[in-house]
Order: sequence, then C-alpha cells, then structure tokens
Amino acid sequence: MAYLVLSNGAVFQGQRIGACVDRVGELVFTTGMEGYLETLTDPSYYGQIVTQSFPLIGNYGLIEEDFEGASALFGYIVRELCETPSNFRSSAPLNTFLREKGIPGLCGVDTREIVRITREEGVMNAMICDEVPEDLSVLASFRVKDAVASVTSREIRTYPAEGAEKYRVALLDYGAKRNILRSLRFRGCSVTVFPAETPAETILAMDPDGIMLSNGPGDPKENTVSIAELRKLLGRKPAFGICLGHQLAALALGGDTVKLKYGHRGGNQPVRDLATGRTYITSQNHGYAVVSESLRGVGEIAFLNANDGSNEGMSYPDLNCFTVQFHPEAASGPRDTAFLFDRFLERMGGLTHA
Amino acid sequence: MPKDTSIRKVLVIGSGPIVIGQAAEFDYAGAQACRVLKQEGINVVLVNSNPATIMTDQHLADEIYLEPLNAESVRRIIEKERPDGLLAGLGGQTALTLAMQLSREGILERYHVRLLGSPMDAIEKAEDREKFRETMLSIGQPCVPSGIAETLEDALEAARSIGYPVIVRPAYTLGGSGGGIAADEEEMRQIARSGLDASPITQILVEKCIAGWKEIEFETMRDALGNVIAVCSMENVDPVGIHTGDSVVVAPALTLSDKEYQMLRTASLDIISAIGIVGGCNCQFALNPDSFEYAVIEVNPRVSRSSALASKATGYPIAKITTRIALGYTLDEIPNDITGKTCACFEPALDYVVVKFPKWPFDKFYGSSRRLGTQMKATGEVMAIGQRFEEALMKAVRGAEISLDTLNAPPLFDEELRTRLARQDDRRLFTVFEALKNGMSVEEVFEITRIDRFFLFRLKGMADFENRVAESGLGPGDYQRMKQLGYPDAAIRRITGTDSLPGFEFSYKMVDTCGAEFAAETPYFYSCTDQVCESRMLKRSGRPVVIVLGSGPIRIGQGIEFDYSSVHCVWTLRQIGYDVVIINNNPETVSTDYDTADRLYFEPLTPEDVWNIIRVEKPIGVVVAFGGQTAIKLTRFLSEKGIRILGTSAESIDIAEDRERFDTLLERFGIRRPRGMAVRTLDEAVAAAEELGYPVLLRPSYVIGGQNMTISRSREKTVDYMERILAGGIENPVLVDQYLPGIELEVDVISDGKDVLIPGIMEHIERAGVHSGDSIAVYPPFNLTEKYQEKICDISARLALALGTQGLVNIQYLIFDNELYVIEVNPRASRTIPYISKVTGVPMVDLASRVMLGEPLKEMGYGTGLYPAPPYCAIKVPVFSFEKLNDADSILGPEMKSTGEVLGIGITKAEALFKGLSAAGFSLPTIRDRSHTGVLLSVEDEDFPDAIIVAKRCYDLGIHLYATKDTARAISSVGIHVNPVADPSSSDDITKLMEGGFVNYIIYTGAVKDDTVGDYTVLHRRAMFLGIPCMTSLDTANALMDILGSRFSPENTELVDINRMRRG
Repeated sequence: MAYLVLSNGAVFQGQRIGACVDRVGELVFTTGMEGYLETLTDPSYYGQIVTQSFPLIGNYGLIEEDFEGASALFGYIVRELCETPSNFRSSAPLNTFLREKGIPGLCGVDTREIVRITREEGVMNAMICDEVPEDLSVLASFRVKDAVASVTSREIRTYPAEGAEKYRVALLDYGAKRNILRSLRFRGCSVTVFPAETPAETILAMDPDGIMLSNGPGDPKENTVSIAELRKLLGRKPAFGICLGHQLAALALGGDTVKLKYGHRGGNQPVRDLATGRTYITSQNHGYAVVSESLRGVGEIAFLNANDGSNEGMSYPDLNCFTVQFHPEAASGPRDTAFLFDRFLERMGGLTHA
Repeated sequence: MPKDTSIRKVLVIGSGPIVIGQAAEFDYAGAQACRVLKQEGINVVLVNSNPATIMTDQHLADEIYLEPLNAESVRRIIEKERPDGLLAGLGGQTALTLAMQLSREGILERYHVRLLGSPMDAIEKAEDREKFRETMLSIGQPCVPSGIAETLEDALEAARSIGYPVIVRPAYTLGGSGGGIAADEEEMRQIARSGLDASPITQILVEKCIAGWKEIEFETMRDALGNVIAVCSMENVDPVGIHTGDSVVVAPALTLSDKEYQMLRTASLDIISAIGIVGGCNCQFALNPDSFEYAVIEVNPRVSRSSALASKATGYPIAKITTRIALGYTLDEIPNDITGKTCACFEPALDYVVVKFPKWPFDKFYGSSRRLGTQMKATGEVMAIGQRFEEALMKAVRGAEISLDTLNAPPLFDEELRTRLARQDDRRLFTVFEALKNGMSVEEVFEITRIDRFFLFRLKGMADFENRVAESGLGPGDYQRMKQLGYPDAAIRRITGTDSLPGFEFSYKMVDTCGAEFAAETPYFYSCTDQVCESRMLKRSGRPVVIVLGSGPIRIGQGIEFDYSSVHCVWTLRQIGYDVVIINNNPETVSTDYDTADRLYFEPLTPEDVWNIIRVEKPIGVVVAFGGQTAIKLTRFLSEKGIRILGTSAESIDIAEDRERFDTLLERFGIRRPRGMAVRTLDEAVAAAEELGYPVLLRPSYVIGGQNMTISRSREKTVDYMERILAGGIENPVLVDQYLPGIELEVDVISDGKDVLIPGIMEHIERAGVHSGDSIAVYPPFNLTEKYQEKICDISARLALALGTQGLVNIQYLIFDNELYVIEVNPRASRTIPYISKVTGVPMVDLASRVMLGEPLKEMGYGTGLYPAPPYCAIKVPVFSFEKLNDADSILGPEMKSTGEVLGIGITKAEALFKGLSAAGFSLPTIRDRSHTGVLLSVEDEDFPDAIIVAKRCYDLGIHLYATKDTARAISSVGIHVNPVADPSSSDDITKLMEGGFVNYIIYTGAVKDDTVGDYTVLHRRAMFLGIPCMTSLDTANALMDILGSRFSPENTELVDINRMRRG
C-alpha cells in the first residue's frame, strides 16, 4: 500500500507501480484515452506527476518506436495498469518501463476524484510515498525549476531530410517531442537541433530557411536567456512555434503569460481558426497560456480555444512568424492540424521548393 | 454559420416498425430531432407508421401521420403539408431509402423540399457500392478487395477472382439481410442467390473475407463548414465476421495504440469529408492485428444503432447535434448540454469502459440456428458502464436477462469444448470463459477464436480468480476484489460457498463527456467501487424522490412500448412535482436519455443493483408497472425489503399471477375462464391435459410475450414440452389450460381503486391461439354486440376494483360458443397502451401515474366507464423479422414472434386494414391488377370449411386459386375452380409458381404438425425473398379478402393527422 498526498491534505491510497521511491511533483491530469507512451515520454511533463483520467492504461504494452523523447515526468498515477498487454509491436508490460526509468507511480487510485479536485482547486503539488508525512511543508515548497535546462539537448546535431532536402530548419529544443522532428523531416526538411540557450548568432550562422520553436516544460518566464536570444532571432527567418515555443515568442515580443487553473492536457481540445472560422480538434499539454491582450498591436490572434477562449495561436505577419499553443505534431492525439507544418514550409518558400 | 431561417416547416421521416436491425434507437434519435426542431420554433410534420414510439406523441410534432412509409404516402403528405425541408437521416435505413426514392422520382424538386443534413450526392456516395469504392480510391482509403455482381454468374466470377472465402453483402438492406460467408463455389451459389434476392436493386458485393481482423468503428460528425469530429471509437470483442449488432462491443477501443487509433480516426474524418456528410456518420474498419494494414468496411451516412450506443456511452447527443447541423449550425456554435460550458465541437473523453451485449431472440425460436454471421439476429442490446472491463462486462451480462449473473453458463449442446469454441454463436463468450476456466491457454483460445488476447487475458484473470476462491474461499481483500470485478453477492455466495458476506456500499460516478475536466450539470450515473460518490454529493431539489424502473433490452414480447410507458410515467411524475429517478440499461431508448428523468442510473435491473441505488436515492416509492416483466419481476424482492410499490400492490400483482388465487377471485364474481390447472411435474401435466381434454395450452406462470407458450394437441407434445421446461429449472408452476379457439378481445383499464376508465376495447382478427402480440387488433371492436360490450365493461371494472388496481390493468377476453371467458389479467402497462392512447386521445400513462400517487380518476377530465370511440377505426398489424431469422419457425401460435407493429387508421375497417397491411409491408395489388392475382392455399383438414370460404371470396374477386392436393380437393368439391399443385415436400412446383409471379399470397396452415414445419420454413423463406406474404391463419386471409375487395389504393386513403383527428 502506498499513498498520493496532495498539498490540500487529500490522501489517496493505491498500490505501487514503477520505481519504489518517494517523489514530490506538480500534480496534473491528462484526459487522453490512448497514447500513454507518448505522454510518458513527452519532455513537457518535466517535474509533474501525471494522472491518467482514462482508467485502463498499458493495454498495448511498451512500444519503443512510439517514444517522444526522454521521460521527464516525476510520477505516474493510473487506475489500472495492464500486466498482460496485447499488441503486435509490444515488447513488454508498461511497468517494466516505469521501473527502468525510475518513475514512481500508483495504481488502484480513484483518478476521477483527483481530476475533480484539480479542476475545482487548481493544479497543486503532490507526493508519492509509502507513509503519509505529518509535515506537508515539503509539498508547499516544491516548484518546477530549471525545467527546460533539464530536458534540452546538450549539443547541436543535424538530422537529414527524408528524401530530397527542400529546406534546412533550425529547431530550438526546449524539450522537443520527436514527432516535431519527424514531421519536418518527413516533409523534406533537414533539421539541426540546437540547445535551448544557443546564441542567436550561432543559429543564424548556419543560415537556416526557417526556425522551429519547440514545445517544452515549465514556467515560460523562467527562460530569460532563451527569451532574449529569441528576441534577436524573430523576424530574421520564417519561424513557427509550438506550445512553449509559442509562449516564449510571445514573451520575447513583449507579451505576457499566465498560469492556467489546471491547464489543457489531452487530445480533445477544440481550437477555432479565426481566419477561416473552422474549428479543429487538437492535442494539448500546457499549464500556462499567452495573454491575448498583452500582444495587442504586436501580433494577431490566429487561434482561440473554443471552450474557454484562451489564446491558442498567434500570427506575427511583420516577423513572418506564427505560433500555436496546441500540438500540430500530435503524438499522441489528433493529427488534424498537421497542415501547419505545410504552412511553415510555404513560409520558407513553398512546398515544392528544392 | 447560424441557423438557416428559411427553414420553417420540416418533414421528419421515422423508421417504421421495430425489426431486427432497426429498433428503438431510431425512436430515440427521432424524438430528439423533433424536440430540437420544436425548440427552434420550426413546424414539425412527422410520418412514422409505428404507434409504439415516443416520437409520434402528440406534443413532439405539430402534425403526426401514422401512415405507411412508402413513397406515395410521403408524397401525399408533402403535397398536403408543403414542408420546406426533409429530415431523413434520423429514421434509419427506411427513411434514408425513402428520401432517395423521393429525390430520384423528382418529388422533392417538384414540391421545393430541401433535403436537410447530408446531401443526396453524399448519401449516394456512401450507399452505392460502386460510387463508394470510387470515392475511397480517390482519397487513398483501402477497401477490401471485392467485386459487384448483379447476376449469379457475375457473383461466381467475382468470387473466383478474389479467392474464397468471400463475404456476400446485398446492396441497400438493413442489418445485412441475405448476406453471408461462402467458403466455396457451392456455398456461393446459394448465398449469392439469396443476397441478390434480398437486395431491392438486385445487387451484391462480393468481398474478400477478412475474418479474424479487429473490427473498429468510429462515430463521427461533420458540419456544413467542414468541421469534423470523432465522437467515439468502438471495438468489437468479436473479430470481423460477426455483424457488429451481434458482437460484444467495448467503447472506447481498448487495444489500439495511439498510432493505430489516430490512423483510423484520421481515415474516418477524411472519409466523411470526401463523401460530404452533414451530420452524424458511422465508419467501420477492419484492422489487421499484426500490422497497420486496414480496410474500410462500411460507412453509414446517418445516425444508427451504433450512434445511439455512442451517445449513451459518451453523453454526447449525436441525433440532437445532427439535427442542429441540418438546420445550418456549425459544431462550434452548439453548446454541450452536459457541461453547459463547452461546445459540441470536441471529442468526449471517457474515464470508464462501456460494454454492449446483444439480446438475441433464440429463446423464442427453439431449434433455430444460433450461429452468428454477417446477418444481424439480435433484437436489442444492453449497455453497461464500469471502471474496469470486467465490471462492465459482468453488468452487461446480468442485465441482458438471460438468467446469468456470471460468465458461467452451462453448454447448450453436448459437444466437445473445442467444437463449441470454434462456432460463432450467441454463447461464444461463455464458451471462451469455460475454456479458460478449464485451463485452456489464452494462446489456444486465441488461435481458435481470434478474439484479441487483451480480452482473453481479462477473462482468464476472472476465471483464475473464481477457481481460487471456489477452492479456498474468500481471503482478505477478495470480497472487495470480486465487487470490483462486478460479481453480485448472490454469485459470490454461490461461487465461494460463503454465506456471510460483509455487504458493499457502492458509489456512483457521473458520465460527463469530459472525464471530469469540466463541472457537469447533467446527472447521469453508473455504479463503481470507489469511495467518493458523486451522486450523494449532488445537491437534491428536496422534492420527494420516486424511482421508475425501465424495461431493459428490446426483445420479442417486450419492446419499445414499455419504454414509451416508462418515459411517460417519468414525465408525468416530474410534472406533478416529484424528483424522478430512472434505472435502465438499454442504450437505444428515450428513457436512458440524460434529460428524461431528474437522474438517470445506467444500471442492470437486478435486485442487488436496484437496491444499491435505493440506498442512495431513498425514494418514497418505486414504480414497477411500466417496465414490463423486467420491472414486475422485482416487485416481490422490493416489497420484501419494505419498499413501497407505487400503484397496484405486490399483493394484487401476485393475485393476478397466481393461478389458484386468481381462480378464487374469478369464482367469487362468477366469471368464467378456460378451465386449467397449475402443475409442477411431468406426470401432473399429462394428467391435467387428459382431464381437460386436448388441445390444451401450456405455459409457465409469470411470463410476458407468451414465452415458452404452446398449444399441445397430443400427449407426446405435452411430454416433450414439460421435459424442455423442467430441464431449464422453474421457480413457478406451469399452467395447463383448455384451448378454446374463440374470438379474442383485449382491454386496457385505468382504475384508482374507486372508479374505472376503459379507454377502449380491441378485437383481434385472429382467433385465440395466435398470441395477442402477433394478432391484428382492431379498435373499436367490429363484431361485438352491445350485450357483450356491456358485459366486458362490467367485468373489467369489477376485476380492476377487486384487484385493488391503482393504475393500469390489461385484461384479455375470449368469446367461444356464446360464452365470455377471461383469459388473462396483467396488472401493469401492456403492449397496446401507446396505440390506444394515441387513437383515443386518452393519455393513459399520464392518468395511471397520477392515480398511483393518489389523484382521483374522476377529477382528471376523462370521465369513467367506456370512453367514447372516435369515428375512426385503428388497426394494429404485427411486423416480423423472419428475413433475419430465416430458419425460424414462422407459423403463428401462442408464442409471440413479431418484433414490431404498425398502425393503420381509417374511417372504415377496410381502409384502416389496407393502410395497416401496406405499412406492414404487404404488397397489395391495385384494383386493376386484382384479376392477375394468385393465391395459394394449403391447409389442414380441420380448416377446410374456413378455407372454402376464403376460396369462394377469391373466386368472386376473380383471383386465381392454387392449392395443394387435399385442400384443392376440398375446394373443388364445392364447385370452385382451383389449380392443384404438388406438396412442397414432393416437388418444387410451388417455388416455380412463386418465381413465375403466379402466386401473390400464400395461406398455409398445414404445418401445425411438426413434421411439415421444415417444408413450410423453406417455402416461407423463398416467399419472403420474393415479397410474397404468407399467412398462417385463415382469419388473416379473410381480412385480406376484405381489402382485395375494397376500393382502396395508396392514392385514395385519407391522410390522418392524429393531432387533428375528427372527434365524435
């Protein structure tokens, strides 16, 4: 028997899964019904204990080719973890992975109640432990820190395009999901991945056709160096930002970000494209949002969340830059907005450029 | 895009009678559509021949036509009403096919009627096999290798080039009628021929058999702007090869990785975009379990059974949203009712697992094949929600009312386990469980069944657990674990041998479309074993709580009528100030719509499940009278628990159902009933039958729909019957009654214990012996003298009062040899309630519900005694689903066989019957064609006198007569010309006559003896394919003659708007 203790004092009892260590993290939930492998390997979950609202997790086991990056989350909470998975690609039960990666977790938990508490009271810290501590101050003091620094790549590396190279893209890695890389390479871009705080000059020195700002974890405002470098970069080359990349671009251009009560995490968020009136179902994973009003006169709002009206995308025509809060690279989640990568290619010179 | 304001009047086409493949789900969809249209201020014109539906209720549409669903009557309604738009996507295949026909014939254009929702071009792209394949090819979506054939030769050629085995699917049919899997050329000949016959356009699709692949469905939506969403994914536990309607289905899909899921989701959305769907659409795929290879199986460009299931599984009201989209709204403009905060352009996130389990009619068709294939056989289904697959599955199984509360089912046939395992039948799941419990490995079971190992591992977990606790009893935590896996206490006691169980307090979680991400406002609950109970947390209104029990899955004998009654009871009780809770587990119905009651519990209707809800809701009483036998069955349990039964008491229900107590009551009033006795053993039965004299009627007490009821004409049959019944084990005695072939009459009575209101008396066309549900019923009676009418009213009133009725009671009478007998008294809502309510204008359920809670009947404004009849005749005609169960014995008898009904309303009996029979699908020749009409008679010796009367009438009408040898001899003996033909057992003359178009009707009573049933079944099957009606009662034949002799045609009957019926 082990426990998940929330900073509001709520205690959930469950059985241990994964690594048998105690861990404090920021408790969040995702409503995605499939795609747990992508969730577990999405660097954006750095510092967080992730609760799956769907009750049956691990049904198709472990499939390494579906990993999105190095696992960065701090803990994993599920209702039921499948010990006998079934899928032609599965190599092992999911628990093997959690143990190997040192991720502690619990199963047998009323995950719906965790979601409900989080929805009502907002995101809070929590702790996975074998004994409920008397003093919860350790929970109160926890902050997700150095998030991007913990997950960004350490070196510059170039990946060739699939087929003939059409464009060369510089990818600023704030904790990039692999499918951003795949999406670009698949479309004929060779991609050079740069660590988050790489000086603008270094990036411009390779003379890329476009700049891709990746997703990533944590409070966007924490990344002062990256924001400063970005300020120098934007406008120099066509740029496309996703998630944290969208937030950092906003901050670099003088905008503001705000922490959401409990964020958007899942594969069913509707986003309205203000240019066409179309609404798309998107994959999302963010706890902060760009404040639309803070960018008045700087850029145009391109996408809004159809549920809560929060900012889901900006367009900066003067800078040949557009950014989105959601994940067009999907993985996991719907691929309905993958066309944004094509739009990025168009910005770089068209889809048929060689 | 906001609403299109040029749409002011809309014609909605319903789906007609309930048949296999098209059940209550379209009443749910249609009722939602009507409500949305009314909310939008649109004038709603509705046509549906099915009187048992909620959508045909007075207040759901402005003009309601219970008219035959054919192009001519819809054309006439269009001509009369001049609607701006036609909504056909919510009335199943029936409505869609009609819309296509109206469009093709230029009727829509002529009357300037716009087709709302998916445009004709889109419907054709999805429905026409060739156009569909072209469309799929153009967007790179893989289809199964296949060919289209319009002749047998083409079909064989196609199969040869594709390679056997192949699947045959007829074009434009419901539930896959007439299709099948052919393993070789010989089988192909037969299946291809029946497929071609079944298709209204004589076209079949021959495709490669991909049996064993996973079958995955997506319920999708698209609006006119091009926004697309996938509402729900579903996975068939049974791999491809079994019709999805006959498969155990889970939602969401449980075995797909994100890559597989998104691949198929994207494919669905690409498909509906390419086709140009506007509204809801169902996409079915086959997925190779060993690769990413997949194929599109089918696309249904309309709401469907699957969309009803998806709506209930997710809380997302597909039919409602489809209607709004048809009016011009876009998905993002429509609010999500459940959260009230989010919009309809999103995809529901589930935080539970849903299991659907089909309800098959094999209990009604003893001896017919239980094998499942591409042709659907289930009449209904149950859905269950749980936090575990096991829990949901166990709820589904015990809610299906198949006398099981675990997966342990005794095998039906004495065959080797492997043989049974290989057979795809309705017991498959239980056979798999048996195999795993007996130690067969998951791998072995998988090799035979191809059921995904994920599900097999789950079942194995349960099997191992059961084996362990059976052997060593309940260890620490085991009871909790068994509750989590969904075992009811009764089953735990049985499995473990433990008597003292600690008991368990269940919690209830909400179905909210969003996995708790947003606060929901709609109270739709399922039970779980967590500690936090969202139902208990929900603020109550403070009004007294009443629980209404629903009627479970749709089955023969307990259909949509009971949902109609349950829903009306809920509405009335809410209106008079109660907080109403409904419990039901049928996803197809209006009763399980989240806004029908104040709170919905989607749970099985078993003692433990209902009791757990009572503990949370603390009702002042429970209503059992409207949920058919499903609810009535719980009366004794609830009463013993001290729960107040609203309406007629448990005690009175018992008097009506208990043979001896009931006889005592009748004796007290000097009312006669056919003599009979209650028996418990074979010997007693034989002795009773001999004492009463053959023929006798045999049936178990406490049944509905004449389940297991038979007429026995010999000792052998009695013995055979008793052996079969006793083998199943009985709680209550078997009743043996004198069988009297008299005129049957039926009344539904409302009483408050002081006064009695009789809304109407119905007379059956067929004499006693044919189950009342399978008889053609006429209101008002056509052959009843005033003396008998008075007598019936008098006895009905006395019986209702003597039983202490508080609500409805249904009484069936028989007049035989000038003597009136009572056959049956049912102290509950009956099958005829919706029909009589609609034609008399007496809101029977509403009155009965008020009575139950103490309002005096006298003050309700409908008077007492017999309610005056309107100047119309309304005739209920039963509809059967033998197309889907083509080896079933279709001879009508005391066991009910019809799945649905239609109503014909006319000024005269002939007009009403003409409309009723047309609506039931009888092809009726026009007046000028009658001289080319042929009738074939083949009757039993004892029916010769009646057959001669029918023959004489045929002769007078200039109809050509054909008859089998003995029948022909009897007819010609009175000087009527008849063409003799050989018996079906000795030659195929009859088949040739049918195929040559010489015979239009078959009247056959020669199969009462078991040895010729087989002949008749073969003949009937052929006749069905050729659209030739078969009658097994000379009374029905006589009624047909009334029509053939009348002046009526589809062009000249009166169109009756039941909201504007002439009164008095």
